[in-house]
Amino acid sequence: MHIEVRNLNKQFGDFKAVNDVSFDIEKGHLIGLLGPSGGGKTSILRMLAGLEHPDSGEIRFHGQLVNAIPPQERGIGFVFQNYALFKHMTVFDNIAFGLKVKKFGKAQLKDRVMELVELTGLKGFEKRYPHQLSGGQRQRVAFARALAPEPQLLLLDEPFAAIDAKIRQELRSWLRELIERVGITSIFVTHDQDEAIEVADEIMIINQGRVEQKGTPWDIYKEPKTPFVATFIGESTVIERGSQLKGFEEEAAQPGTKALIRPEYIEVGLAQEFNLLSVTEEGIVGHLHFRGSEWMVEVQVGEHKLITYRSLEKETLQPGQQVRVLVHRAYLFNEDRSWIAENRLKEDPMPVMI
Amino acid sequence: MADQLGTVEGEDYMRKLWIGLTYLVFALLLIAPLGKMVFGAFNEGIGGLTSAILRPEALHALMMTGFIVLTVTLLNTLFGMMMALYLVRGSWMSHSIKRFLNSIVDLPYAVSPVIGGLMIVLMLGPGSIVGAFFEKVGFQIVYAFPGMVIATLFVTFPLMVREVMPVLQEIGAQQEEAASTLGAYGWTTFWRVTWPSIRWAVVYGVVLTVARSLGEFGAVLVVSGNIMNKTQTATTLVYQDVENFNVTSANSVSLVLAVFAVGLLLTMEWAKKRKGVH
Repeated sequence: MHIEVRNLNKQFGDFKAVNDVSFDIEKGHLIGLLGPSGGGKTSILRMLAGLEHPDSGEIRFHGQLVNAIPPQERGIGFVFQNYALFKHMTVFDNIAFGLKVKKFGKAQLKDRVMELVELTGLKGFEKRYPHQLSGGQRQRVAFARALAPEPQLLLLDEPFAAIDAKIRQELRSWLRELIERVGITSIFVTHDQDEAIEVADEIMIINQGRVEQKGTPWDIYKEPKTPFVATFIGESTVIERGSQLKGFEEEAAQPGTKALIRPEYIEVGLAQEFNLLSVTEEGIVGHLHFRGSEWMVEVQVGEHKLITYRSLEKETLQPGQQVRVLVHRAYLFNEDRSWIAENRLKEDPMPVMI
Repeated sequence: MADQLGTVEGEDYMRKLWIGLTYLVFALLLIAPLGKMVFGAFNEGIGGLTSAILRPEALHALMMTGFIVLTVTLLNTLFGMMMALYLVRGSWMSHSIKRFLNSIVDLPYAVSPVIGGLMIVLMLGPGSIVGAFFEKVGFQIVYAFPGMVIATLFVTFPLMVREVMPVLQEIGAQQEEAASTLGAYGWTTFWRVTWPSIRWAVVYGVVLTVARSLGEFGAVLVVSGNIMNKTQTATTLVYQDVENFNVTSANSVSLVLAVFAVGLLLTMEWAKKRKGVH
């Protein structure tokens, strides 16, 4: 279902949980609400479900205003962080709950429940109680229960938070496939960026009750619109005075301009590995971490410690070794604006600079 | 080495002393009076016991107690559960009001039942405005059944609330919210989701309420006026029998109450076990 949210506000006491939030979600999309804890993600989700009332603003499903419609009538499925399974009911009865409320016939009810039991790979567990299931199985039950009444919108609150890391990975791809197969518009909340990037078609970064940016994971990574998004997504180092970086003296000339550097913005190596040695700076290798397919290199340049990766194919560096560092690109920001800048010296092979 | 052994022996000796002392206190305080009461009831043989219980005033008093227990348990279960639900889940009440009500619930624990009874007499007695009004329309509250029920309700009120509230807090609101997103409204949600979780706490609360209203004395004595064959309950009859040096009768009625109490305690143990299960 198509969702429109306009100027949503919610306050708990003095705390502004959601601050003038507006967004649109296309039918069939899988959206991740990503942000730090206490940023207002869950409040937005609960307002969409009707479990919380907005102080002001509009929520529309299919163009119809739903603010005054109770959760029972919104046609949504909700998966809670701790699943909130009915602990005195079997798996079958849990999944059947929504259908019984809707007065499904006995045969029809059984067919639908068994269909979902198959779909979620819970066959053989129908007669078990929630406390007899593993975390991953409980999550599947919660998912099947939410899907049973055929909702048009599926809302998931930190769906993987209570599951250990190994199974989490497996469940993520399972969930993604399943949502694609069912074709239901879905929104999930997470504070884990890997999870959001891996599962979602589109991410909304939420911080301090505001939407910082909405877009595909790649767009957000490539072109962060605000400094918060830039620091929150991916790995990075922030340099307080951007003009100290070689090649960015002019771009970052305005006082108070900071530079954010991602590992892939930097190249580190021996002097003979660079064509344009004049563009590079001197650095000293700090720690080296083996990351399976590459080295993570900490390199000290002046007073800054930068982080980058180096291929295993190249000559292995040693801690304390003198190296050259080339900063290809930097994400610059100050109070007025933020932008991505390329190293100026790189573009101009014969710089007229000192 | 010998020294060390001495301390160990000394400790052992002290421990035995404490255990013995505990048993002694337990026996003196609980077992001895109970035994004395049973023997007292059979003082004049089975005949003495039955004739004491079958006195018209004894039968009436036991009936009164039965009615009070029944009415109070019904009302307290209903309103205690509602109070617990509102205090834990009610979003329409501000936190400060909830805190205030929550502490007020415990008032009957702190206030002496006699004072509770006195408050009811002062508020609803014939001398008060409300009491006078009801008297005029022919409905007596104090020195009659309704007053006795109110007095017993006052004393038993915290029992149900205090049993149900912690369970509601522990299970949280999420299961109920899940039910509402699945299309279930308040009543369905209560019966199918909330009730199965709290039912053993409610059973426990009922047992406590029955036990407390069965044995309530002070508040009922003040409110009832202890009129024989009219507002006398089992406990106030025992009190009167003792006053009249009618020891066998007092012991016999007490025995009936004690048998009920022990039965209730056994039920309570069973309910406690079940409460842990679901």
